[in-house]
Amino acid sequence: MVDFGGWDMPVEYSGITAEHMAVRTAVGLFDVSHMGDIQFRGPGSLAAIQVISMNDASRLAVGQAQYSAMLYPQGTFVDDILVHKFSDNDYLLVINAGTREKDYQWIRSQVGSYAGVHISDYSDHYTQLAIQGPRAQDTLAKLTRTDLSAIKNYWFTWGTVCGLPNTLIARTGYTGEDGFEIYIPSDEATSERAWSEIMDAGKEFGLLPCGLGARNTLRLEAAMALYGHEISEEINLFEAGLERFSKLGKSDFLGAQALLRVKESGGPKRKLVGLEMIERGIARDGYKVLSLEGKPIGYVTSGSPSPYLKKNIALAYVPVDQIAPGTELAVEVRGNPVKAKVVPTPFYRRAKKTQA
Amino acid sequence: MAYPATYRYTKEHEWIDAGEGKVGITDYAQSTLGDIVFVDLPKVGSSVEKGKVFGSVESVKAVSDLYSPVTGTVVEVNEELATSPEKINSDAHGTWMIKVKLADPAEAQQLLSAGDYETFVKQETH
Repeated sequence: MVDFGGWDMPVEYSGITAEHMAVRTAVGLFDVSHMGDIQFRGPGSLAAIQVISMNDASRLAVGQAQYSAMLYPQGTFVDDILVHKFSDNDYLLVINAGTREKDYQWIRSQVGSYAGVHISDYSDHYTQLAIQGPRAQDTLAKLTRTDLSAIKNYWFTWGTVCGLPNTLIARTGYTGEDGFEIYIPSDEATSERAWSEIMDAGKEFGLLPCGLGARNTLRLEAAMALYGHEISEEINLFEAGLERFSKLGKSDFLGAQALLRVKESGGPKRKLVGLEMIERGIARDGYKVLSLEGKPIGYVTSGSPSPYLKKNIALAYVPVDQIAPGTELAVEVRGNPVKAKVVPTPFYRRAKKTQA
Repeated sequence: MAYPATYRYTKEHEWIDAGEGKVGITDYAQSTLGDIVFVDLPKVGSSVEKGKVFGSVESVKAVSDLYSPVTGTVVEVNEELATSPEKINSDAHGTWMIKVKLADPAEAQQLLSAGDYETFVKQETH
């Protein structure tokens, strides 16, 4: 067990590799209750969210969610978030555990006094469980009458799950696989019962409980950002390559002005790329990236062996003239340069189901 | 897990079979590391010094330094570990990493016995 953003969480239950492969080939269960939940209610909700969230929440239909981020006025990251539209007057933002307090204070300070919106921190009210993998739907279907096949990717609904009415069931996740996240009351008895029922339901499909270790290797293969690594207070939207999740150029939001100025002055000087080690060695978080001549030119934001691809992969910031796939660089691994090459991301993309 | 009585142990969780000069890591070490994916070992002919780092072992989540239990010269390196490092996980006490020619054959006797090491591990896990 380790301290993750103030929460006592398991790194692994049976082994990172086994858990990772369970999610890629069967189904895995994660307790992600450490995530924060901020509710916006009232007719002024959308207006407030449009200010602090970079993506365009006006494009959401009821029952739809979108990946977004909150930016500082200088265009760097407060946090990345998931915005869910419950109704025209009701939105849920799911935020990271490590930045929960900061995010809530940021939101209150920026839009807390806006007309017609009430913002509350619901984080402690929800236990959030993620069921991820090709058999996730089969597993969850045993515990609910809700037609899960009708929920499209990044959409959600409510239903009775494990006998709990009004459970939020979202087809979202942080693994690069199909899967669901459910939000249930956070009391221990309910949480334990739901966990056990999901464990039992998934047994026939090979379900394994999964910890932070597999959570990290899975999201890394899918090239999904982790706050404090790929995105942070020092990194701007263009550097992180997440412009497509913003309404930049279409409408204003906190950080947009600074970003437009960055664009006008030639764009970012460094960008996030995927790396694959060519020589023997594992690139890890914080390791320096070097040119082949040995000059330090960047750094690794996240790096690890990839259990599914059986390669050593990393995400790293490098100068913009080094971002072309195939570019050869090196990573300083405990004092020695080890060759790597830039590769396209994501490293792993799940096979698309063919339509029936 | 029984720790072989003929081996000697260190508080850094290495074992040495003094008779053959074989060095490895203990079952406790492999279980805390998790799936081992990479082992970095010295070349044949290099010297190792008691208490100093001679290589490293990496699992998916972390890197751990390897500390030499004795002073001497590396006479053989287990080549299998370059392609099958997971052997350490399945049989830590039966998978050696390096063979050392001890500068002082008696040095190994100063290390922990199997019983003392087992006691040490029990204290660590409290």
